[in-house]
Amino acid sequence: MTVMNQEALTSPIGNKKPRALGLLLDIRKNKLLYVMLLPVLLYYTVFHYAPMYGAIIAFKDYSPRLGILGSDWVGFEHFETFFTGAYFWRTIKNTILISFYELIFGFPAPVILALLLNEVKHSLFKRTVQTVTYMPHFISLVVICGIVKDFTSREGIINDLMAWFGAERSTFLLEPEFFRTVYVSSGIWQHIGWGTIIYLAALTGIDPEQYEAARMDGAGRWKQMLHVTIPGIMPTIVILLILETGRMMNVGFEKIILLYNPGTYETADVVSSYVYRVGLQDFNYSFSSAVGLFNSAVNFTLLVFSNWLSRKLNDTSLW
Amino acid sequence: MNRPTFSERCFDAANTLFLTFLMLITIYPLIYVVLASLSNANQLMAFNGFLWKPLGFSLEAYSSVFANPMILKGYGNTFFVVLVGLCFNLLLTSLGAYSLSRKSLKYRKPIMLFIVFTMFFSGGLIPFYLTVKGVGLANTLWALIIPHAINTFNLILMKTAFEAIPDALEESAKMDGANDLVILFRIILPLSLPVIAVMLLYYGVSHWNSWFHALIFLQDRSMYPLQLILREILLQGEASTMAVGASDSDMAMLTVTLKYATIIVATVPILLVYPFLQKYFVKGALIGAIKG
Repeated sequence: MTVMNQEALTSPIGNKKPRALGLLLDIRKNKLLYVMLLPVLLYYTVFHYAPMYGAIIAFKDYSPRLGILGSDWVGFEHFETFFTGAYFWRTIKNTILISFYELIFGFPAPVILALLLNEVKHSLFKRTVQTVTYMPHFISLVVICGIVKDFTSREGIINDLMAWFGAERSTFLLEPEFFRTVYVSSGIWQHIGWGTIIYLAALTGIDPEQYEAARMDGAGRWKQMLHVTIPGIMPTIVILLILETGRMMNVGFEKIILLYNPGTYETADVVSSYVYRVGLQDFNYSFSSAVGLFNSAVNFTLLVFSNWLSRKLNDTSLW
Repeated sequence: MNRPTFSERCFDAANTLFLTFLMLITIYPLIYVVLASLSNANQLMAFNGFLWKPLGFSLEAYSSVFANPMILKGYGNTFFVVLVGLCFNLLLTSLGAYSLSRKSLKYRKPIMLFIVFTMFFSGGLIPFYLTVKGVGLANTLWALIIPHAINTFNLILMKTAFEAIPDALEESAKMDGANDLVILFRIILPLSLPVIAVMLLYYGVSHWNSWFHALIFLQDRSMYPLQLILREILLQGEASTMAVGASDSDMAMLTVTLKYATIIVATVPILLVYPFLQKYFVKGALIGAIKG
């Protein structure tokens, strides 16, 4: 009741819905712009929102014959099967561990490289390092994984090197205990240079006067880095950290399914690779959708939470 | 000031050394692949350790790569997806970026929210798969093009670039009777060459490198893009089917170098455009980094 009164007070047009009317007026005014937007909105509706709607098959027993609407509802059955199944803890643990290792080893690596590059005075050398370290970012995942497989094989270079130091040869990609190490370190190798771009940009944004002031106070290069450089790029670090945390459950499954094999599932199988296997190899559409939906929901929650936390702690946030 | 102290000089030396080492680690695997592809298969098989020059120079692997119909077909399919895909990408992304960068569009904020939300939440792999199949794109190369027409991140990037163009240009064009389509294609796009270069690079690289959607949407092998064929050769060890016309024992030998030659053939196009676009992609990464 009170709500209605309020509306009547604030909108002069009375009980017509002002928002819908406004939209119509706007469409009339910017006809051509809306026509141009139409294919774009159609694209998002069909390829992003329709799949969100299609995700309801997670609560149904999808049969291709009956379609999404016609299939029978089963409620949370698929979720229960997943939560109580043998693979629940394994996939969750692997997902979290791989993300966690990427966070503690992969995330700081470009920050450190950017700080080191920032100390290089010779600009040609600096540019060369950058050009070379960006390069692997552009090489396809298939090729990268092919190289990784080749280099880590029993007769591969890494084993040659280790044998030279007297260590025993091992076939890394066939041993579960090495999978995460190989996955995370090859990821660092591929993306470390690319990751520095944004930090180097943030570094150029720092006011040179701050360095001068620090020098006046007798700060050496180490102190300058500690008290000027690092605080200067902190907001950038925090934003990227939020994004990274929000992607926690989105371990790059393309790379996983290129590198893993049944022998390493134990440490390599993550939620998204499991979704792929159950859904598209075993054609268990509904169950797989339930697992995928669970994954999306956890992801979204993590992102919202880390964004909220960061806004609380230091006023930096995505939205 | 400014005369480096001893400890500073030590740090500089160590830093230079470390960065050089890092460059070596980054580039050596690529150099190794090049050298191995040019080597004699027998000698390479017997060799252990670091390569510094090709072992008994041989172009045999390359000639058998180019003699292979699957590779050539894969090349053709990939080129098709990249070229046609880029047209779709540029058209749709610039239409969206332009409309959403117009301040006269009153509802651009909620529309933007509608779009950006898809970056943070998705229906998941299976519903996406069923949708693409449902609209009849499965088992056509269009499945690799139309569902990837817009990348939201790139859309934001392009929108940001369009917003930086002075409004006065648009206003004067409007005075001369230009409509929005004319403004976009005659004024905004010609002024946005750097961001277009970034788009070409980002979209182009992702089309060139993609393999997963080809794996799930294509059944017909004659449609396979290059990366999917690479996957068979590099990761599933099916290289032996590649060496057409070689005898069994030669074949086993040849597969060793064939892998590397195929990598080179599939990577060179990217590495060729890389230096030309390098100055743009740093710019692109930066605009993209600004929160959307």
